[in-house]
Amino acid sequence: MKALVCVKRVIDYNVRIRVKSDKSGVETDNVKMSMNPFDEIAVEEAVRMKEKNQIQEIIILSIGTDKSQETIRSGLAMGGDRGILVKTDKDQLEPLTVGKIIKAVSDKEKPDLIILGKQAIDDDCNQTGQIVATLLAFPQATFASELKKNDDNTLEVTREVDGGLETVKISIPCVVTTDLRLNEPRYASLPNIMKAKQKKIDVLEIESFDVDIKDRLQVLEVNEPPERKPGIKVDDVDALVDKLKNEAKIL
Amino acid sequence: MKVLVIIEHDNANVKQSSFSTITAAKKISDSVEALVLGKGLDLVIDELKKSDYLKKIYKIDNELFENPLAENLSKAIQKFAEGSDYTHILSPSSTFGKNMSPKLSALMDVQQISDITKIISDDTFERPIYAGNAIATVKSNDPIKIITVRSTCFEPCALTSNVDVENLTVNIDKNNSVSFVNYDKSKSDRPELTSAKIVISGGRGMQNGENFRLLEGIADKLGAAMGASRAAVDAGFVPNDWQVGQTGKIVAPDLYIAVGISGAIQHIAGIKDSKYIACINKDEEAPIFNYSDYGLVGDLFELLPKLEEKL
Repeated sequence: MKALVCVKRVIDYNVRIRVKSDKSGVETDNVKMSMNPFDEIAVEEAVRMKEKNQIQEIIILSIGTDKSQETIRSGLAMGGDRGILVKTDKDQLEPLTVGKIIKAVSDKEKPDLIILGKQAIDDDCNQTGQIVATLLAFPQATFASELKKNDDNTLEVTREVDGGLETVKISIPCVVTTDLRLNEPRYASLPNIMKAKQKKIDVLEIESFDVDIKDRLQVLEVNEPPERKPGIKVDDVDALVDKLKNEAKIL
Repeated sequence: MKVLVIIEHDNANVKQSSFSTITAAKKISDSVEALVLGKGLDLVIDELKKSDYLKKIYKIDNELFENPLAENLSKAIQKFAEGSDYTHILSPSSTFGKNMSPKLSALMDVQQISDITKIISDDTFERPIYAGNAIATVKSNDPIKIITVRSTCFEPCALTSNVDVENLTVNIDKNNSVSFVNYDKSKSDRPELTSAKIVISGGRGMQNGENFRLLEGIADKLGAAMGASRAAVDAGFVPNDWQVGQTGKIVAPDLYIAVGISGAIQHIAGIKDSKYIACINKDEEAPIFNYSDYGLVGDLFELLPKLEEKL
């Protein structure tokens, strides 16, 4: 099996987000960037499957500016075999555009498994995997918390859904999007980071794809969320119950 | 303008999120219709047809939709929608809607607008980004808007009407590359986290799963749902689906009680639309106090039994 893992470069999970004063977006200058944590889980899962001999080759794909090469490199350091960067100068692409490009790459690479995070922690869209599956007419298993390969070229995937866990069986080729508890991604070791520098990354210009990258959604402005008014500290349980009863009128 | 709402249900009950989505639809247009796909839908229809704001309900009762496989649902909805003149198609932003709606948008070549929290006009919406640390106002230039709705931001519609129901048949091929295996429902007698009026959550400060019993007594007295921070879930204290926060459930109850939760930004992202937040934490410097209307500093193991007694 061949796996295509799609990764996105985003503002690091632990960075405090600052909205730009002109309301055009959030501050990304001099901000630490990392691989989208859900995509990291996708890389880890592919690497684990390779270690079990269920996968022979792992391709790490990213679509973004030249800097996304760093993100691909960290995937290669975790155990990816080679990388593909589809290069664009645009800061943000919409999920539908990204889905079309992943489809085009997939048409050429013919992976058996396309695996990626359930959502990126920047735009929080939660769409790309579903779009890719639809455009390719592959079955999908989103929000995966467990993944098991059967002998008959199917995957059994446990999905984290509202109110419980759902299990579906999908046949290969397929798309899986990863949820938080699928695995805990490894830290790349120093030797593996060094080795990853030798691995090949093909850089393709986005213009070489027959995909219209014009935005359909226009971001009019980005604002800080409304602040909660500052609260108070109460002295004891009696005071808390009193406030909840008589001020909030909830109890 | 004409809005179609895709109804989420479990072939027995309509999910509350569907009623909230109907309210959102009504804010876009007076012409709101609903589509229900499932198997054995009588109970669902009995409940749904009481919905205010709906002009009509279309029902497709077919074994293809016994389980909510997105492959079959999205194809059928596309077929239905393309034969009509809907300008908007709304689904709840639950795992059901998140799984299905982007497929519909890909089939119709539309850029979906995910998880809207406010409607500015028929083409302009607010949606949280960066886990709610910023709010984007976006305008869609697509001729049809495909949208998922954050249900905690819209009140469920009232149930005082008697809406017309039309039966439809559907002609799509069953997708053979995917099959449903099972659904393992979390067992709980408590209200669902995302629709409960009161939620009480525990964090790492609970120290172990056993200690969540201290919250149970209070939850019982208040009729509250129980939740947890990611730290508590990752530590294995409680099941995964209790997780409240950026990557778990987004809640907006009348009262959220955070116990032994420090208040990481990812957790705050999931609770900050709550009407009131109260917290109990022994570290008075914990960030959760900055977001709480009422904060109580102290040892939760002493305070929780007292609180239960006073309620």
